[in-house]
Amino acid sequence: MKYIPDALRRLWHRMGSPRWFYETTGPWVPWLAAAAALLIGVGTVWGLAYAPPDYLQGDSFRIIYIHVPAAYLAQAGYILMAICGVVLLVWRMKLADMVMATVAPIGAAFTFLALATGSIWGKPTWGTYWIWDARITSVLILLFLYLGIMGLRRAIERPEAAGRACAILAIVGVINIPIIKYSVDWWMTLHQPATFSVTSAPAMPAIMWVPLLLNVLGFNLLFAVSVIQGTRTEVLIRERRTRWVTDLCRGEQA
Amino acid sequence: MTPSAGSDPSLWVLFRGQLRRDLKLAFGQPSELANPLAFFVVVITLFPLGVSPEPGVLAGMAPGVLWIAALLATLLGLEALFRRDRDDGTLEQMVLRAQPLYLPVVARMLAHWMVTGAPLTLLAPLLGGMLNLAPEARLPLMLGLALGTPVLVLLGGVGAALTVGLRTGGVLLALLVLPLFVPVLILGVSAAELASSGLDPTGPLLWLAAGASFAITTVPFAIAAALRIGVETG
Amino acid sequence: MSFDSFGEFLAMGGHGFYVWWSYLLTLVVVGFILVWPLWRRRRFLTEQRGRLQRADALGNRAEVESHAPEA
Repeated sequence: MKYIPDALRRLWHRMGSPRWFYETTGPWVPWLAAAAALLIGVGTVWGLAYAPPDYLQGDSFRIIYIHVPAAYLAQAGYILMAICGVVLLVWRMKLADMVMATVAPIGAAFTFLALATGSIWGKPTWGTYWIWDARITSVLILLFLYLGIMGLRRAIERPEAAGRACAILAIVGVINIPIIKYSVDWWMTLHQPATFSVTSAPAMPAIMWVPLLLNVLGFNLLFAVSVIQGTRTEVLIRERRTRWVTDLCRGEQA
Repeated sequence: MTPSAGSDPSLWVLFRGQLRRDLKLAFGQPSELANPLAFFVVVITLFPLGVSPEPGVLAGMAPGVLWIAALLATLLGLEALFRRDRDDGTLEQMVLRAQPLYLPVVARMLAHWMVTGAPLTLLAPLLGGMLNLAPEARLPLMLGLALGTPVLVLLGGVGAALTVGLRTGGVLLALLVLPLFVPVLILGVSAAELASSGLDPTGPLLWLAAGASFAITTVPFAIAAALRIGVETG
Repeated sequence: MSFDSFGEFLAMGGHGFYVWWSYLLTLVVVGFILVWPLWRRRRFLTEQRGRLQRADALGNRAEVESHAPEA
């Protein structure tokens, strides 16, 4: 710890305080939301109207501009939960548990979105809404992992025990995700040697991938806005017995 | 803990004592011992009735059916894995004792595997024969089950430890652990399928062996941590 | 511009149904993840205010439980 700059160390200690998080991140939200709206607005309009159609899939490929960000956030959300889990178990930082509790439904929503858009995209591409493609199957299992974590948190009454239990499950899950992914990929090669590759990303010209990049960045900010807002709410709920939260409630009452 | 804790004879004694106690308890209740096996056989009987009794069809799906039935049978016994210990206070003693929780957990999981995974493995070739499984796939199926069921029991142990004090345990437990079982299912079925189509099953079996050694060394720590939660925050 | 008319833009080369359903669904999910935290926050504040008012009216601090932070 000696070589970590003082500023970072102070930040780390402050993050132990949920109140500090609540008060610091509040002003960030409008700016993040505005940036997200701008990026997603430009990316989506560009992707829907200005990008040329794919030579193979025609205009149905435009689903990529929401499918890829959703699929990316689905996985990033789970990894974020596992990181929070480590922080909670090692440093007992309550804030990490609040973030973890918030990320679970948001990540699950993006996982559902990735599955749904992938399935809708599958109809014009494969001629069917559902195919046991390696990627779709892995994402479906990821959704089950999210549902498991949410179910566990709901089932355990004491928040402290629920947080630590979810942390363990998230860590076991995150170690399993690459194993699941590779085993499913390998399973596909046994059953269907030549699958149609959906994203032909390397061959994409800039006019097609720049809006994708904008949307990925924009959805990341959107995810951040939602997680920050959700965590701030979680802070209020868990700290409801403290003086500053009661004062805050009384203040907003006036 | 002293650095020589690993070679401390008292730990070994503790481990053997725990294992003997668990096995004695399991064999003391033959119905609990027989139930997962009976379940395994019944589930497998349903497939010829529900899908098709035709030998060709059965042979094609035999590895998958046997593995899925093994998965479900493993799941069946998990709920009770730590329940009795929790109810009579043994769990609390185990957690609060000075010795590391790793060894008693391994002993408990080993005992559980000896009464579920091991008999399933031994029974599998017989049921495989009834499902018209290719004879050359029997050994890979058994090896796969022998390597894979410990992983299932260990991963299931994490779920059982996390849900030990909960009323809604059963269904939640299935939701927690079944997705984690996927790689074992894929590798185990592949080994048997490769062998029945005359190919070399060594690849997936080696992966299963790697997974089993990784699980045995790491997963008991997760189980121990999960057991601690209930006792320490309770 | 990849399309010549607005009608063509809506039709998406015959794939309009799939494309617009995907985007509509995205709108719903994004709406959910943005509204859910705010809705939860509002519900908490309403409940907590009610609890505080009742406590104040009764002059009974016990209902707010303790002001000390949770252990």
